[in-house]
Amino acid sequence: MTTKTLLLAALATTLMAGTAMATDIKIGVLNDRSGVYADLSGEGSVIAARMAVEDFDAANKDINVEIVSADHQNKPDVASNIARQWYDQDGVDIIVDVPTSSAALAVSEVTREKDKVFINSGAGSTALTGDQCSPNTIHWTYDTYALAKGTGGAMVAQGDTNWFFITADYAFGHSLEEETTKVVEAAGGEVMGTARHPFPGTDFSSYLLQAQSSGADVIGLANAGGDTVNAIKQAAEFGITQAGQNLAGLLIFITDVHALGLQAAQGLVLTESFYWDLNDQTREWSERFAAENGGKMPTMVHAGVYSGVMHYLKAVEATGGKDTAELMSAMKDTPTDDPLFGQGEVRADGRKIHDMYLFQVKTPEESSGPWDYYNLLATIPAAEAFRPMEEGGCALVTQ
Amino acid sequence: MVELFGIPPQALFGQLLLGLINGSFYALLSLGLAVIFGLLNIINFAHGAQYMMGAFVAWMMLTYFGVNYWWALLLVPLAVGATGIVLERLMISRLYHLDHLYGLLLTFGLALVIQGLFRNYYGVSGLPYSIPAELSGGTNLGFMFLPTYRGWVVVASLAVCLGTWFAIERTQLGAYLRAATENPSLVGAFGINVPRMITLTYGFGVALAALAGVLAAPIYSVNPNMGADLIIVVFAVVVIGGMGSILGAILTGFGLGIVEGLVKVFYPEASAVAVFVIMALVLLVKPAGLFGRVA
Amino acid sequence: MAVDAPATLPNSAAKVGAPRHHTLVFFALLLIMLVAPFVLYPVFLMKVMCFALFASALNLLLGFGGLLSFGHAAYFGIAAYVSAYTAKVWGLPPELAILLGTAAAAVLGLLIGALAIRRQGIYFAMVTLAFAQMVYFFSLQAPFTGGEDGIQAVPRGRLFGFIDLANDLTFYFVVLAIVTGGMLAIYRIIHSPFGQVLKAIRDNEPRSTSLGYKVDRYKLAVFVMSATLAGLAGAIKALVFQLASLTDVHWTMSGEVVLMTLLGGMGTIFGPLVGAAVIIGMQNYFASFGAWVTVLQGMIFVISVLLFREGIVGVISRWIKKPL
Repeated sequence: MTTKTLLLAALATTLMAGTAMATDIKIGVLNDRSGVYADLSGEGSVIAARMAVEDFDAANKDINVEIVSADHQNKPDVASNIARQWYDQDGVDIIVDVPTSSAALAVSEVTREKDKVFINSGAGSTALTGDQCSPNTIHWTYDTYALAKGTGGAMVAQGDTNWFFITADYAFGHSLEEETTKVVEAAGGEVMGTARHPFPGTDFSSYLLQAQSSGADVIGLANAGGDTVNAIKQAAEFGITQAGQNLAGLLIFITDVHALGLQAAQGLVLTESFYWDLNDQTREWSERFAAENGGKMPTMVHAGVYSGVMHYLKAVEATGGKDTAELMSAMKDTPTDDPLFGQGEVRADGRKIHDMYLFQVKTPEESSGPWDYYNLLATIPAAEAFRPMEEGGCALVTQ
Repeated sequence: MVELFGIPPQALFGQLLLGLINGSFYALLSLGLAVIFGLLNIINFAHGAQYMMGAFVAWMMLTYFGVNYWWALLLVPLAVGATGIVLERLMISRLYHLDHLYGLLLTFGLALVIQGLFRNYYGVSGLPYSIPAELSGGTNLGFMFLPTYRGWVVVASLAVCLGTWFAIERTQLGAYLRAATENPSLVGAFGINVPRMITLTYGFGVALAALAGVLAAPIYSVNPNMGADLIIVVFAVVVIGGMGSILGAILTGFGLGIVEGLVKVFYPEASAVAVFVIMALVLLVKPAGLFGRVA
Repeated sequence: MAVDAPATLPNSAAKVGAPRHHTLVFFALLLIMLVAPFVLYPVFLMKVMCFALFASALNLLLGFGGLLSFGHAAYFGIAAYVSAYTAKVWGLPPELAILLGTAAAAVLGLLIGALAIRRQGIYFAMVTLAFAQMVYFFSLQAPFTGGEDGIQAVPRGRLFGFIDLANDLTFYFVVLAIVTGGMLAIYRIIHSPFGQVLKAIRDNEPRSTSLGYKVDRYKLAVFVMSATLAGLAGAIKALVFQLASLTDVHWTMSGEVVLMTLLGGMGTIFGPLVGAAVIIGMQNYFASFGAWVTVLQGMIFVISVLLFREGIVGVISRWIKKPL
């Protein structure tokens, strides 16, 4: 009897202590759920965040996590509106994902204003950790510099020195072209010409023909989403790759390759920070992910959401609360190590660095089935993959 | 080597030919719009969505039922045209007594619904549809490599456009149609079922859009938004050509494709705006459009 | 300011014989809007007000001028860009930024309007749409608009140098004052002799011409007024969200504002307000449904056109047998 009471009392105190210390965290997954990036982010990112919470075992660590999600339709105004409302009204502590650079920059601004945390996985703009960097923002998965560095640098190293760019004529396309040009020229390559197409474009044959007559080794596609997919499809039709030119997608995801089919996408060279079939750990995680995501394998954006949420929860556990400044410094001070990205760190400017990989898309004969798409060409070590901090012009660094 | 404006002539020919290929799509779409407008006095804002449906239904038939490209060319316009007929009977026909603007608004709403539904079910990354084996490969024309499929698109589009023009301008049925455009009640008095003719015309216009969609499926990505921006260019084509003439719609469609092709060579940044600039100029000089009657 | 403006209404309204119940509705709305920010999220309410003004501006053209513009996003968007740019890059105070944005929309309205009024009906709609698409491409490519990033982190600044707009609630009342002013201007235009001539042209253009009115001038004038007011809405919106982006100039925006007007009731005074509130509220609260919002909007369009052409306010106005 006494033992039982004692036990009960002990249980009660633990429970009470537990409730007193429990931290409530609300994670907002804000991304594209209906547009061009719905497949590479969308519901998959919510699944990834949920998996992170489960794998972290938050429930047994006195952290109550709730996940909310919304569609920003790739519009900066919608994104900033939702972010504002989440922070002001719904008690959201951290926003993750947010593809589309314009939307990401908008959310970064709101997050700074409201002093919360923003871990970006889906967007590519280097401005997030450059001149528009924020003490509240971490840029997790990739950025245009890393893509340019991977695809541009590694291809020139392989002997593809002469480039022709087909560029989407807006800020994103320009910056992708500009960054790749720098990398190509630094590696001893040359840019033979560029054609800027209106955005969005449907017919690329004219530009492909110009690229063909330029005699370049590589045609760099400085565009995204549907534009890239169309350009690749039409390149296959005009026999560009068969004629000996290489096609380099500067921003392309595994979901794009999936949509294109290997027949059209074969031989394409691209850079990603994650591929499900890299090693046993990525395979194990990806199989679990696919089981929940209707059989569709994760993109690097999904992986980044998982890894970012995990790192955040670790910081919550370590600091025992959700003071933004403490959390941010904890996240920047602790090196990251997770099954998906391996070892890395979050730099002072908010850039998360890890290895990047240069892949080539398999031919239909090489592939063993759906989602078996990439051959690994090269690994770009974390230290070289991303833009050096001092070049970014981030105010947090110069301080 | 002789150069024209700094561009080697081979490259120029190549670009002109590509322009003609794009023009085939403009022509097919603006023809459909013009046919519908001619009889129904409705600007079919859903035309872009119906073009997209054409590509999608072709993809669905292939994926779910194994219907190949050649059958799709026939079946898809029939299927999508049939949905057009249903729409006309259920909705559009209720608006004939009203200001034509309501037709525009209704079809705009329909376009939103159709595009939204396809986005929900198929996402927007686009679906693959490969070029039929008979038309893959290409020919080296000396100045450029012409994929067989693109050549086929031009031929098919020209044939359909001329066939339509012939049917409307040179046959008995076409004469009824044109008469009904001018004075429906008089034609009705001659014992011709005008409402049915109107319904079938709408179905035919929609079928033309769907046919363009099937033709586009192998070369552009099959994607719910594929018609959304195109339709506005086609509107401009129609305004430039003027709504009075079927031939006008066809010629303007091909012509603008070529002009756009040229702009892509000399100043690619402006290629999307070129059509609208031309439209503004035409409006200044000839408000009724190049081939149009005064409205 | 917000309280002063409507106080002048009875006088001006009385001159043109505006019905008394309009004054009542105005006051009731104003009262609701004065209390609302303490209940609902002020930023959301400011968005509703911006779009209410935008839709009312379109309604001036569509409902009273009989001209369907499918390209009104151009004026809304260009004003947003200009006011965002001048506030952020030139560091102008908000009142000047808004003024310049509005002026830019007026100039653009004059240019496009002069061409567009050469055509009528459906042609007019298509021409305005095509021109708006030109403005869209311009905004995408022009160096000062920031491409698809838009102009971000626009400072709200201090109104007249001493009212700090960073506070949502303060800004709310400023927006309320401006939008009320805009609405009263529209009301005044509609009930002026000019407005009477407009309605005459809408109902029978050849007859108005035969009566000696220079129809084209009237049309252009109302087009420019409508563009200017749409610009005012856009300029405020840019400062509220501290952002001007391509969304503001895209043709879907033009479609949305037509939908608001249609749903609320074309040619009614208060319809666009109701339409804007419903559509913006729907977008806001159904945001998690993704593309279904588009489907729903499309269905509302279809239903409005087929069964409900008077719009919400139109139906109410028929019930109470008074024009609203």
